[in-house]
Amino acid sequence: MSGPPFVFLLLFFVAPSVIMVLASFRYPGEFGGLAPLFADTQTLHGLTVETYEFFFSDIIYGYVFLKSIFVALATTLICLLLAYPLALLIARSPKKSRDLMVLLVVLPFASNFLVRVYAWMIILGPQAAFSQAVNGVLALFGMEPVHLLFSPFAVLVGMVYVHLPFMVLPLYTNLEKHDPALLDAAQDLGANVWHRFWRVTFPLSLPGIFSGSALVFIPVLGMFAIPDILGGTGDMLIGNLIKEQFLGTRDWPFGSTLSIMLTVTVLLIVWLTTRLAGRGRHYA
Amino acid sequence: MRRGPWLWAAALAVYAFLYLPLAIVVVYSFNDSRLNAEWVGFTLHWYDVLIHDEEMLLAAGNSLFIAFVSAFVATLLGTMAGMAIHRYDLKLLNFMALTPVAMPEILLGVSLLLFFIQVLNLTLGMLSIVLAHITFSIGFVAVIVRARLAGMDDSLFEAARDLGASPWETFRYVTFPLILPAVIAGGLMAFTLSIDDFVITFFTAGVGVQTLPLRIYSMIKIAVTPEVNAVSTLLMLLTLSMIVLASRFAPDVLKGKT
Repeated sequence: MSGPPFVFLLLFFVAPSVIMVLASFRYPGEFGGLAPLFADTQTLHGLTVETYEFFFSDIIYGYVFLKSIFVALATTLICLLLAYPLALLIARSPKKSRDLMVLLVVLPFASNFLVRVYAWMIILGPQAAFSQAVNGVLALFGMEPVHLLFSPFAVLVGMVYVHLPFMVLPLYTNLEKHDPALLDAAQDLGANVWHRFWRVTFPLSLPGIFSGSALVFIPVLGMFAIPDILGGTGDMLIGNLIKEQFLGTRDWPFGSTLSIMLTVTVLLIVWLTTRLAGRGRHYA
Repeated sequence: MRRGPWLWAAALAVYAFLYLPLAIVVVYSFNDSRLNAEWVGFTLHWYDVLIHDEEMLLAAGNSLFIAFVSAFVATLLGTMAGMAIHRYDLKLLNFMALTPVAMPEILLGVSLLLFFIQVLNLTLGMLSIVLAHITFSIGFVAVIVRARLAGMDDSLFEAARDLGASPWETFRYVTFPLILPAVIAGGLMAFTLSIDDFVITFFTAGVGVQTLPLRIYSMIKIAVTPEVNAVSTLLMLLTLSMIVLASRFAPDVLKGKT
């Protein structure tokens, strides 16, 4: 019973991952792709760590990685700020309306990912009412008009919009389990609204915050389509860099190296988050 | 319970943020103007353009075909995986099924691209897309089936065996009818994921085959036209009906509880 799925995943998930690790140690082919291991009897291409040296020798790659981590962190934080009040409201609503409220959060998922990104092309476009309004306000203060589309701002808005439900759901699942008696007890002991939130609700919700953050942070870190569609030429992130190596310049060894570095970054961050989450549980 | 006016205001603002952009896409699909900038008048012109756009129709056909085949195979393999993981507590299989979905999508896309071309020497096209879609769908089906099994009493299966049912009969007359709703929900989920996928298809499609998302991508990279709004609106309707269907078979899937 476990045989067929095991073999399938071994073939189309494990093997490709191993191939990618190997490819990162290969030489690039003359016309893109990979150089053959043995070109002919005279020249042996073999394996190399050249691509890794290249990655660490040019500051630009470190910069793109740092920028991507920053964008992913900013997206996670904004999603958290937007999702928290919504998740809290749903969790504190009567049981019978909760399902509908959650469904209303999931429903935008029903539209294609590209459609959700495309919607922001319309809203942020120079002729749209939103851009006109923003530039009208800027003009009042004597400032130059700004171009909202094809900017880092547009990329951030798109990232938040597409990933927001991933933050709401785990937060809600966590908040729903809180015993309301805890808040009553805190109130009886003289805690005001502010204290009740920061001393009771928030610490208890840390596991939800951590799982939501992972669900937003990881896909954003590797995202290429949103910067590709909503960003300008300068808004390249890790994903765009990888896409460029595989489909543009066709330097597959370097593309593989970038993918491995992305994997390592994700694993590092997951490891860090689980450690933090472990401490959070202790704190709660 | 404590639901102050500020909480309501913040939550409603977030709901508005979720729905306004999509509403704009839908509304402008009926707008009698080439620009998505201001409302001019009602028209079905863009839907007319759409149904005469042969490339788009071909892409839609491809998408449906790929979704049917990959959902079918992924449901089969995912159900097996979900049952095996539940019964034998297979951590490795669980890891193999879930990791492709947990990592950034681009990683599965490029590693499959490398594998198909470098190792299998396969010309990218329908087959490579279908194989890629099965790979990322198995995990979703497995999770849904496994959740259903976890919610059931294992003694049901033991009772069947005690009463003399063979392993096959136990599966055929006890296990399968019980997990059927989850299997159907998983299949619908796999179908929706396949129809919607852009990133992994982008890397495994090659040059010959277009799917709906690939077609939409190349259209919005060139120019914003209300035809995109029209196809988006129809796609929303399709996925919406799939979600409604899936929720009838496994209501918990939508509640973020799986």
